Amino acid sequence: MKHRYLPMTEQDKQEMLDVIGVSSIDALFEDIPEQVRFKGMYDIKPAKSEAALMKELAQMAAKNKDTAANVSFLGAGVYNHYKPIIVDHVISRSEFYTAYTPYQPEISQGELQAIFEFQTMIAELTGMDLANSSLYDGGTALAEAGMLAAGHTRRKKIIISETVHPEYRDVVRTYAHGQSIEVVVAPQKNGVTDVQALEEMIDDTTAAVMVQYPNFFGQVEDIKTIGEVAHANKALFVVSANPLALGILTPPGKLGADITVGDAQPFGIAESFGGPHCGYFAVTKKLMRKVPGRLVGETIDEEGRRGYVLTLQAREQHIRRDKATSNICSNQALLALAASVAMTALGKEGVREMATQNIVKTRYAKEAFEKAGFEVAYQGAHFNEIVVKAQKDITTINKGLIEKGIIGGFDLGRVDEKLQNHALIAVTEIRTKEEIDAFVAEMGALHA
Amino acid sequence: MHKDNQPLIFELTKEGRVGYNLEALDVPAYDLADLLPTGYVREEKAALPEVAELDIMRHYTALSRRNHGVDSGFYPLGSCTMKYNPKVNETVARYSGFANVHPLQDESTVQGAMELLYDLQTSLMEITGMDEVTLQPAAGAHGEWTALMMIRAFHEANGEGHRNKVIVPDTAHGTNPASATVAGFETVTVQSDENGLVDIEDLRKVVGEDTAALMLTNPNTLGLFEENIIEMTELIHSVGGKVYYDGANLNAVMSKARPGDMGFDCVHLNLHKTFTGPHGGGGPGSGPVGVKADLIPFLPKPVLVKLDDGTYHFDYNRPQAIGRVKPYYGNFGINVRAYTYIRTMGPDGLKAVTEYAVLNANYMMRRLQEYFDLPFDRHCKHEFVLSGRRQKKLGVRTLDIAKRLLDFGYHPPTTYFPLNVEEALMIEPTETESKETLDAFCDAMIQIAKEAEENPEIVQEAPHTTVVSRLDETRAARTPVLRYQPTEA
Repeated sequence: MKHRYLPMTEQDKQEMLDVIGVSSIDALFEDIPEQVRFKGMYDIKPAKSEAALMKELAQMAAKNKDTAANVSFLGAGVYNHYKPIIVDHVISRSEFYTAYTPYQPEISQGELQAIFEFQTMIAELTGMDLANSSLYDGGTALAEAGMLAAGHTRRKKIIISETVHPEYRDVVRTYAHGQSIEVVVAPQKNGVTDVQALEEMIDDTTAAVMVQYPNFFGQVEDIKTIGEVAHANKALFVVSANPLALGILTPPGKLGADITVGDAQPFGIAESFGGPHCGYFAVTKKLMRKVPGRLVGETIDEEGRRGYVLTLQAREQHIRRDKATSNICSNQALLALAASVAMTALGKEGVREMATQNIVKTRYAKEAFEKAGFEVAYQGAHFNEIVVKAQKDITTINKGLIEKGIIGGFDLGRVDEKLQNHALIAVTEIRTKEEIDAFVAEMGALHA
Repeated sequence: MHKDNQPLIFELTKEGRVGYNLEALDVPAYDLADLLPTGYVREEKAALPEVAELDIMRHYTALSRRNHGVDSGFYPLGSCTMKYNPKVNETVARYSGFANVHPLQDESTVQGAMELLYDLQTSLMEITGMDEVTLQPAAGAHGEWTALMMIRAFHEANGEGHRNKVIVPDTAHGTNPASATVAGFETVTVQSDENGLVDIEDLRKVVGEDTAALMLTNPNTLGLFEENIIEMTELIHSVGGKVYYDGANLNAVMSKARPGDMGFDCVHLNLHKTFTGPHGGGGPGSGPVGVKADLIPFLPKPVLVKLDDGTYHFDYNRPQAIGRVKPYYGNFGINVRAYTYIRTMGPDGLKAVTEYAVLNANYMMRRLQEYFDLPFDRHCKHEFVLSGRRQKKLGVRTLDIAKRLLDFGYHPPTTYFPLNVEEALMIEPTETESKETLDAFCDAMIQIAKEAEENPEIVQEAPHTTVVSRLDETRAARTPVLRYQPTEA
């Protein structure tokens, strides 16, 4: 057959078979035992031409309501932000996206340097000593933090706040089960971690205390106090943080975090139906040699020129095999590059300005909802999300909103029975006053 | 490649420059001190770069020129399947209806995305011969661990939680034993025989009532098809264990042999290998897992299903599920690319992919066998392993050969893996390369073999043409510098 991805001609094939010394390609598969040989053709859809396939897939894509054509107030861990247009231009350079892991540093200096810069930016934002080259996403990064903590402290219990993203908690639980680690949930009170309850639960078997900052409900947790509780019991303090929020919030590294993780999706990464995004993992220096995943380090070549390599590989699975403390191999290098470009474009001033706009616009939305007669459930400090209570089921309201071109907030009733009729509403810097006003008005009309 | 040193982005920074613009605030401003608790307003701004847009583009363009991808040149990195990354995949994944959908939108607003995933699942079931597929795992190792957690849950559900051993061959990918450990198992290694295949007698010795699973890739990492596969899977099943297929090498057997027909109970695939999701410089990947019927109840939740009315739905009502392995539903963007690829190839195309991948590998193996030691002289599948032990005797190590290949504009093969071949060079050409490319690479390898005999210094001191020479990895590990630190003014 002829195909644009398959360059061999019949003549090539014949010459190659002659060199191999067989008469047909089939002869190369004769070592597959007869009884397991697949003899037919796959029962999958026939091939389509490029143009026809693009048309079909464009139609499939058009069945989805997207956040570009609609006005989205949906967050809950994945956000619709300003993405500097240069991000996509950089990650579309195929020297980056068609490369493998930089195991040959002499021809991978571009990727290695970009990741070194990413590690620096994440360390800066989180206030931690160092960061790795990325992990799959925020949820698995949190789970990896739990395993690191259990290994480091030789303890088998993790306390995770109820205000951590419910899907992140689920992932932590799955990983913990594999390692026979117990996971207990510290309850929330008024939308933040109940510190008193935490103090009653924590003991000398606790490996880690995990909180989210700002938390799932958008509230700014008192992580300084929670960290002190963790450390008083010699547990590691793990903070899952939105890195954009750290443009304005005091970084976890200054407030006692031993490990800070999260997802860099707010920096230039498409929502993409939940992935690929970009987990990050940052630690204090004392945990450097226990970090999961790849690390890029600076060194010199034989002529003394500065260069970058993958380093401290003795931690990793391909060296340690069954003694490895993490099995991670792939990272999210291309998304780490995307986040780096976005962090660079926003820069020192832009990250702060954008983070501030999120807080202020969310504040505006909060007051607008209250003026319209809604109850805003939690009254603590918030970043870019608030919890609004309606008179009706949120999923029903959202079905009405989409008719008006609005993607409504997350229906908290889906994850907590006590929060039926509560919407988690995200207001980022790209939402305008006019959009917020229209949203509040439509919500008001629909829930009445 | 561009030889000049490229400064770090932080070294290009000048206070007062910006690379962004935001709309002016259109709501009333607040004093942040009134909105945030005391002590929680960041005092010092994060020291991120301050660079204007053109210089940002020049910086990253310069970095890209210091990087080698498949589009730059041949990349025969064994076990990594560095095939062409189709451009149409990139365009489709950027369609707004795919790139700009939120994972928590109401299902009625994302039916197109769910349809694509469902159709991809269905195609992967057919390709692997499995009864169900989950697209949740983010990459290969994540898929391995997911499948092992399911096997663990299966045994626990049957009152056989004592099964704590996972058997892996000595040729296995490093992630196999690491995934077994993370899933709470102990690893038992089974030796290879003189033909490079799993030693069945050794396997018999290590199986028992504590066997949870055998992890196997077929063809194995030597590129050889495990001919005794039926005997092996039956042996594991006879003691109540499960057999796991590491799909890293699926490019070798599409339309030729399906894991499900070989007796495997579960399989992970690397969509970023066989199905052309680009490698991205190390990720993202996508590592779907397929299972036979008796493991279906343990699939991570949610499970994507098609309802009787033709709509798609995420089913969370899965009481025996191992839980979630990732927030949301997997690396959707990579799954879109893989789906586009499968639809571009169709059944005939995927069959041809495997045939050409195997033809290319055998052709190269035969062209090179005179110049390098070939430890296992039989037809290979999609990749083959040479040994550089002949060159080592001349003082030229496999590492040197790899570095010398850089001077010819090639990414070298995988080196020093698998572990049971001395000075290993593992070569995987893939089907998307032309005969001219394969020949040119073979010519370079043959020239290097001759250089090893006649002029070993040129190999030992390679590379000569790259932007940096060999880097001091010991120094990097001994005194780690993992981030930029501004020099004190």
